[in-house]
Amino acid sequence: MALLSIDWLILIEKLILIAIIVFASLGIALYTTFAERKVAAILQDRPGPSRVGPFGLFQPLADGLKLIMKEEIIPNSSSKFLFILGPGLAMTAALMTCAVIPWSSHVEAFGRSIDLQIADINIGILYVFGVVSLGVYGIMIGGWASNNKFSLMAALRGASQAISYELAMGLALIAILMISGSLSLKTIVEQQIGAGHMWNFAYQPLGFLIFFICAMAECNRTPFDLPEAENELNFGYHQEYSSMKLGFYLFAEYVNMIMSSAIMASLYFGGYDIPFFDEKSVAPNIAAILGVAALLTKIVIFIFVFMWIRWTIPRFRYDQLMNLGWKTLIPLALVNMLLTGAFILWQQG
Amino acid sequence: MQALTTRSKQVSRKPMSIMEKLFLPAIAKGMAVTFSHIFKKQPTIRYPEQKRPFSPVFRGLHVLNRDEEGRERCTACGLCAVACPAEAITMEAAERLPGEENLYREEKYAAKYEINMLRCIFCGLCEEACPKDAIYLSETFAPANFTRKGFIYGKDALLIPDAKQDPEGYAKAIGLNEPTTASPNN
Repeated sequence: MALLSIDWLILIEKLILIAIIVFASLGIALYTTFAERKVAAILQDRPGPSRVGPFGLFQPLADGLKLIMKEEIIPNSSSKFLFILGPGLAMTAALMTCAVIPWSSHVEAFGRSIDLQIADINIGILYVFGVVSLGVYGIMIGGWASNNKFSLMAALRGASQAISYELAMGLALIAILMISGSLSLKTIVEQQIGAGHMWNFAYQPLGFLIFFICAMAECNRTPFDLPEAENELNFGYHQEYSSMKLGFYLFAEYVNMIMSSAIMASLYFGGYDIPFFDEKSVAPNIAAILGVAALLTKIVIFIFVFMWIRWTIPRFRYDQLMNLGWKTLIPLALVNMLLTGAFILWQQG
Repeated sequence: MQALTTRSKQVSRKPMSIMEKLFLPAIAKGMAVTFSHIFKKQPTIRYPEQKRPFSPVFRGLHVLNRDEEGRERCTACGLCAVACPAEAITMEAAERLPGEENLYREEKYAAKYEINMLRCIFCGLCEEACPKDAIYLSETFAPANFTRKGFIYGKDALLIPDAKQDPEGYAKAIGLNEPTTASPNN
């Protein structure tokens, strides 16, 4: 009888929430591709895409249509199952992260209090790490299955880059966990909102910088986009891909960017917190909507910074990348961890 | 030994200082540069709507001129074809019949007059060679085409519309609709 005692409404509630969040993430990712081209253009004194629809706003739809209509080529010598699995895996791993991000506080509707978070699991950050490490399999499997030496080289690079930067990222995160004492993203965000508590960025500026650089490396964004270094590897791990399979790879990069922006906003910039504003002074539903808007604003700012950096800095060389990861970021993260520990001890003692 | 060039520069091989190794100051500087470009004016000309002005000496597509009474000036003497360094012009002459005096200025006229726009180098020598002021280079250029044959312009494309009967077509052929750097008076 234990099965029957489950609150069935919660399943419907969560399903609706999942649908909204996944489609919203995909929609935002669609327009992030447009924003990328527009930002690049404006930073380079160009107008950018402006022909499709008003101000070129339908450009991403045209791009998507083009990708779907293109011929689908699967190389004869490829390992077919893995070749198809690769882009799907990249996309799935990118989207899975959104399950633990607290998008806002709770909404009260139909006599129920609905949390705007798909799953508030108590090891949220560990889950994010697990999924992020899965993301590299998309690159590895795609590069391996293509049976192309350039793709394989790119996949190797991608894997080693992800592994090196995950270390420093995890070390930077430990400092956050030491402050908050919790692995749940919801708890971390609520602590930052609480009275007398500032955003974690104020306590962890160095930690944030390390986390930000590592996030950029994990997303394969310039200056760390070595897996798709055009000049050395032609097109990188997705060289043999065409049509929407290529689209999935390109798209997963943007979804990753959104998710890492959301996680950075949640961990270091108060998540759905609006600065200098007491959420309790308005009705909880309005506060929740304002919270979503605040988080989205923070995400948009982060995405702009990602793009701004991409169109400013040239790509790192491979040895520079490894030097930065192993010889600079990991020691820095360790020092940051030690300092945080010492500070907490001093405060307690 | 004498250096091969006066512009060679010694490359500095000294190791990076700590500030340089941090990369961050240099990155911040670079990002400030790109950010400042957000506020700069774009030099883009949105082509089909906006056009760059031609200079008044621009040598564009040819037109075959008419005289004041709307008669064709060309007498098919062939001097333009002889002058043409690219051998782009061919023509066939015909004799004016009685009753066609309102169509052709002289007793002989060009029944066929073709310029291959893919051969033409737009040098303007045909314009200089013409004793009858019949051929001119306008301020327009040849539009794109799908076939090579489409670039062989016959009399129907070259002959300028009558300024009195079709002033719009006349202005278009001569390039009056195109923006120009010339003042409107000349």
